[in-house]
Amino acid sequence: MSFSVKSEVNENVAVITITGALDSSTAPQLHEEVQKIIQLNPTELVLNVENLDFMASAGLRVIIFAKQKLGSAVKLFLVKPQEQVVETLRMTGLLFSVTIVDKYPE
Amino acid sequence: MAEFDTRIDYYPTHEFEGIKYRRGHVLPFGATMVPNGVNFSIYSSASTSCTLVLFEKNAEQSFAEIPFPKEFMIGNVYSMIVFDLDYETLEYGYRMNGPFEPETGHRFDKGKILSDPYAKAIGGRDTWLAPPNWDKLYPFRSRLIFEDFDWEGDKPLETPIEDLIVYEMHVRSFTNHPNSGVKFKGTFTGLKEKIPYLLELGINCVELMPIYEFDEYEHSKKDPVTGELLINYWGYSTLNFFAPKSGYAATGKYGMQVDELKTLIKELHTNGIEVLLDVVFNHTAEGDHRGPTISFKGIDNKTYYMLTPEGYYYNFSGTGNTLNCNHPVVRSMVLDCLRYWASEYHIDGFRFDLAAILGRSQDGSPLSNPPLLESLAYDPVLAKCKLIAEAWDAGGLYQVGSFPFYGRWAEWNGKYRDTIRKFLKGDEGVVGDLSQRIQGSPDIYWARGATAGINFITCHDGFTLYDMVAYNQKHNEANGENNQDGNNDNDSWNCGWEGETNDDYINTLRHKQIKNALAILMVSQGVPMILMGDEMGRTQYGNNNSYCHDNELNWLNWELKEKNADLYNFTKHIINFRRNHPVFRNKDHFRNADYMNTGFPDISFHGTKPWQADWSPSSRVFAFMLDGGHAKNGFVGDDVVYVAMNMHWESISFEIPQLSEGKHWHVSVNTEMPSPFDFHPISNEPRIEDQYHFMVSARSVIILIGK
Repeated sequence: MSFSVKSEVNENVAVITITGALDSSTAPQLHEEVQKIIQLNPTELVLNVENLDFMASAGLRVIIFAKQKLGSAVKLFLVKPQEQVVETLRMTGLLFSVTIVDKYPE
Repeated sequence: MAEFDTRIDYYPTHEFEGIKYRRGHVLPFGATMVPNGVNFSIYSSASTSCTLVLFEKNAEQSFAEIPFPKEFMIGNVYSMIVFDLDYETLEYGYRMNGPFEPETGHRFDKGKILSDPYAKAIGGRDTWLAPPNWDKLYPFRSRLIFEDFDWEGDKPLETPIEDLIVYEMHVRSFTNHPNSGVKFKGTFTGLKEKIPYLLELGINCVELMPIYEFDEYEHSKKDPVTGELLINYWGYSTLNFFAPKSGYAATGKYGMQVDELKTLIKELHTNGIEVLLDVVFNHTAEGDHRGPTISFKGIDNKTYYMLTPEGYYYNFSGTGNTLNCNHPVVRSMVLDCLRYWASEYHIDGFRFDLAAILGRSQDGSPLSNPPLLESLAYDPVLAKCKLIAEAWDAGGLYQVGSFPFYGRWAEWNGKYRDTIRKFLKGDEGVVGDLSQRIQGSPDIYWARGATAGINFITCHDGFTLYDMVAYNQKHNEANGENNQDGNNDNDSWNCGWEGETNDDYINTLRHKQIKNALAILMVSQGVPMILMGDEMGRTQYGNNNSYCHDNELNWLNWELKEKNADLYNFTKHIINFRRNHPVFRNKDHFRNADYMNTGFPDISFHGTKPWQADWSPSSRVFAFMLDGGHAKNGFVGDDVVYVAMNMHWESISFEIPQLSEGKHWHVSVNTEMPSPFDFHPISNEPRIEDQYHFMVSARSVIILIGK
């Protein structure tokens, strides 16, 4: 699946939908989207990743960046991540910084 | 980044084939991310010019080669900031121009692309044993890493060294066996999954065999008989001192080995387990004059290696070359490296492989006041790290007891291993030595306290504990060197048959000998270290030098935990027994006196008669009593503990010392008894009927508690 990233913000909840493979060639697009959203001071960030097939180091970096920029008060949700993504987050210690849900709102 | 926009030092001043760059910062060495770019800095004293080579990740051809302009060199340091690079996909190296004159120590070759000694990650062996492209122009590629890991509240644990139970382990061997039960076998993540096991066993410190990036294919060869691939499995051959072994990370292929290792360390710390690294600063993977040019050799050979007057490599390490670690520049690199691991990875301490080399001068002679060892001892960042020396080298320098310690260095106590092994197999004339070893070796560490010695009976070098009681001789045929490699002095005894047997008597005796060894280790003053798998009778089938095997010879077979449940349960008990009794964990040496007026001296020695140790040459019995009223200099209370060891082939009745009014002897351990009666749960030890005598069976150890 080719990479795409779409975002919308409603009532302080930012939703980013990511499709395809998040690696060093595609991560800058997500980074840009995250930077735009940070300006809007959302209270929750929802990453819709049901169709995200793969995440490499560059993708991980963007999530860490988002987490650090938004601060610990802003909750970060991952909706329906695939197993590889969950495992990568677990092995790199990021799993405990995000909340995994089957759908949002729960 | 707005605040940087006004800074002139982050504007490009030069352009080369579309790439913008400027003069860089000379320090720190290595590649450092700066606003909009990367600062590159590298030292070379004898080169005539240097070129920065930039690659896209895994690409065969570089996308740019930028020569350092003369004005970018300050002293012997080349530095440059290159703008608009992709941190994620960048790989870089250097070409160094200069003389190729081996007789004067120079081996420059501008045809080679060299890896940065300060690179924080290395590409090229991303996945364990994935076949490399042997023709690659630049096989070991320097990469950048991000330092955005969230440690939360974590920091090094600073556990008092006397309270440690060290578990020496190999990351891959620990979980790579098919029956390990973990998903990502042989990785940092696999180890993390096994933390509950370490906790159950009572371990509070893991010492990891080398995890710096190395080339598992180095010196690889096919075994002439079996056709099996023999590799550099242990990894005592460093490619780069700052980069973790990517092949040990399940996420190494995605470039996340740094994050995965940090996650492991953070999780170990959360569970109260310290992390020591086995570091190899005595040599590198570049071998001698026949070896490959990867980094140091082509950057500044004469600085990084100890060379003979003719320009050949000194070989005090037994592996081809010797790092010139008392050269001021190399010394700084070692310091930078250890500071980096202590601060960025929260490492709790280091065990220095063949550390006697670190005390040799640039011509190889031993120094009385080695600057590197002194610098490490007084370093502000390393101030609370454990520093542990393997106090010998392959050039014949043996410094156990005499290693320069600067008030804090500890060392692997090789004498402990030798004495305990001799005593266990029934050698005569060992009791005097034994009495020193169980006290924390005050004969050799009189000025250094009881914690100067890391006590061990087995380590990765040599037999496993099971093999120590199952083999008289080494059996290293599988290493492909006609059994010529490996140590011949093993002080081992096979209990009556060489290797595996169905003889119940022999197998029972072997298990008892293992328990004897572990019991002595855990009641000794000093810092105990056990080898991974010894708690469940791991065997290497008599191979005492298994450095080259990526197979079941090294992998921990987790089925042994059930098969040898008696050993596992005993080990668990004896570790927790030590952790429950501060009387075994003194920082200072005994004074052989009753300075707390309890009625007993802090330590006393006994034989078959109380207060009369048998020091005669033919003696194979030894008993000692520790008075809990003197535990930790009398600052904490503990029970009285009496330990009797009989390594004679006959049972012997010991008269036991009399306790003060109202106290009684209780039995904690008797290795003669079959499992589960070989030990009794802590605080639930049965009172013995005869308070005056104890029959200590042939080749067994008893521990009594007076309370």
